[in-house]
Amino acid sequence: MTGSDRRTILKALVATLAGLSVGGLDASAASASAASASAASAASESWTTQTLGAFADTLIPGERRSPGDMVIAGAVTGPGAVQAGVVTLLHSPELPVAPLLPAIAALLDARAVAYAALRLIWLSPSRPPFVGLSFADRTALVGGLFDPDDLDRPIWQVMSLLVGLAFDTAGQQDTVEALAQGHPGLTWLRFPEPDADGLWRFPDFSYGRPLAALHPNTTASGSPA
Amino acid sequence: MTAQTTDVLVIGSGFGGAIPAYYLAAAGARVTVLERGPRAAAADFAHSMRLGTYNKIVDVVQGDGVSVVAGNCVGGGSVVYFAASLRAPSFVFERHGGLGRRLWPAALTRAALDPWYDRVEEALPVTRTDWSDVSYAGGVLAAACRRAGHTCNPVPVAVDTGTCTNCNWMLSGCRFDAKRSLLLNYLPAAEAHGAEIRPLHEVQTVTPSPLPGSRYAVGYTVLDPDDYSCTAQAGVIHAKVVVLAAGAVGTPVILQRSALLLGGVPAAVGRYFSGNGDRVSVADVVEDKARSLLGLSHPDGSAYEGLPVGRPITAASYDHLDPAAPEYSRFTLQQIYFPPLTNLLPQAAGSPAWFGVEKRNMRARWRSWLTLLAMTEDDNEGTFGTVPLTGGFTRLAPGLGLGTMTYRPTSRTRGAWGRADTALREILEKDGLSRVRPWSENVADTVTAHPLGSARIGDDPATSALTDSHELRGHSGLFVTDGAAVPTSLTVNPSLTIAALAERAVATIATRAADAGVVLRRDIPLPGR
Repeated sequence: MTGSDRRTILKALVATLAGLSVGGLDASAASASAASASAASAASESWTTQTLGAFADTLIPGERRSPGDMVIAGAVTGPGAVQAGVVTLLHSPELPVAPLLPAIAALLDARAVAYAALRLIWLSPSRPPFVGLSFADRTALVGGLFDPDDLDRPIWQVMSLLVGLAFDTAGQQDTVEALAQGHPGLTWLRFPEPDADGLWRFPDFSYGRPLAALHPNTTASGSPA
Repeated sequence: MTAQTTDVLVIGSGFGGAIPAYYLAAAGARVTVLERGPRAAAADFAHSMRLGTYNKIVDVVQGDGVSVVAGNCVGGGSVVYFAASLRAPSFVFERHGGLGRRLWPAALTRAALDPWYDRVEEALPVTRTDWSDVSYAGGVLAAACRRAGHTCNPVPVAVDTGTCTNCNWMLSGCRFDAKRSLLLNYLPAAEAHGAEIRPLHEVQTVTPSPLPGSRYAVGYTVLDPDDYSCTAQAGVIHAKVVVLAAGAVGTPVILQRSALLLGGVPAAVGRYFSGNGDRVSVADVVEDKARSLLGLSHPDGSAYEGLPVGRPITAASYDHLDPAAPEYSRFTLQQIYFPPLTNLLPQAAGSPAWFGVEKRNMRARWRSWLTLLAMTEDDNEGTFGTVPLTGGFTRLAPGLGLGTMTYRPTSRTRGAWGRADTALREILEKDGLSRVRPWSENVADTVTAHPLGSARIGDDPATSALTDSHELRGHSGLFVTDGAAVPTSLTVNPSLTIAALAERAVATIATRAADAGVVLRRDIPLPGR
């Protein structure tokens, strides 16, 4: 079976599970009404957000937003990628990725189904397969996505970069504004504050004294010989 | 409609393009510069990491096994680079690499290039810095070097240190015009002599021109300023001479796409790509040790906590640049600041290394990170594959693209990285000062901001695309003057060498223009003189 066949089948399987979870599919799925189709679509959208939130939480964990929060695994206290606005960033008008998110989430859920099946892990049909995994399993699965021979590796590389941009750079908003609002990621990094005019300047920036001998063959312009 | 013509058509406005553009315009040629990126100036450069700011002028191009960071604006890399201005050590010009014989043209040695380095240093100009210019981060490297028995130098930079605010936003362009980018020297001087710079013009092909009096026809598309993946219009300009300087990931692709129409291009086009041997690491500095071992502290009471403060590159050790040492064992160790957009890449202790709980804990110590760049000797092992439909790569998002490069580090390159890693650890892990972690290759493979070599100069037609005067073999009047022309990794930041080579190439470009009937003045002074 080729990689693309495998992915197609797994994605179809996940779509079926998603449909089942909202009653959108039955034995005569072909007769599904427009109403149930739109319900399935709405559910799949929220599944997309849940799955991608759980992915982001695996990379940069945070604390649960509420006791019943299943998206965030609750591996730590304090903020993570979800609190830092990763979902907003992924839907940023600056990025053309938004229309692709359902497919990307389905791909991750397909991987979760395969991962669970191989390990005999039971997944509840009431939530996305990836969300149904424990933090340890999410971590193991995500680590495997980056194997050099993994066909989908470039997708996860880009998605990881975007998760990082949400937490480490508050890429969804202006940096001055993000700091003023106490953006959880920038606060976590202790990113420095700007001057009153919104620009950064560091008048204190140097120890200001010789700290090593210069290389003996340094040229007049300061280069190596 | 009358065909568009010019004497000298320059593709790209970075170091490789701006320098010939100035000299040819000042000499009296009609010069047109086509630049793929937008035009921006100090007031446009935002102190912000919001998407839609810096990513409009910087591209991250992801290939197979390598990711390249490159400028995408008028002024090219000079607008977004960190301005470290170092001459390549003498031994670099004598390198044999994997071929077992000298790679650089016989005409080129450090001594032969020194006069051209002199010119560039004066034109930009380059400032020789002192310890009072070295940031806290550079100071930690220097003090650690001294404690480990090594020397360390303040790094010369193309920055007016008098007006620099040490804001550390250099990747976004300089808001204060302290960085002496090409927007402040060669380019305005070229325009003062009548050169026309056209931003958002992405060159697709260079083909023979059917027009009498012109040699090449350059096909371009005009990009939408809000969405570079949209084409607004297309056109062709006919020129007597073409200078191709679209960057080491852009130039080979244009040549590959043009190959059939040009009647073939040298086999070395799109081969021998080097990432300058770049190897990035992060030292997770223990603050107490910075105080107790190095005796460091600054006015706010902390010992270091200075990663985000100051210019991105301020100090480097030249101790591992021994000309007598074997190849693949020589490198510069340099302190460098990467903005938080790369925070994903450093590895934390534990497993998983680059993501998860431990990595988040390490982020809490971000101000105590010390980012380091080793520039080593790699093997020019990169190649360019199938040509994309348009442009140099497939755009995924503003500032993000899928390139056609493949880079599989050889054992020699990996050995070079390993030696640099070991040397860094000996300096920075001594007595527990820090924990050094190379960047993970899981997310971005090898990362380089210094792409080189993809259409290189040389004496051997089998392994170099260009003659030693930068002319594409078999195509008189078609020159390559950007990083693609640099034959090997340099063990230092390449900008000054690219610029010096471009200065040197101008004489032959002018000769070809004169051969084509363009009347030129001689003895052109440095820009602004």
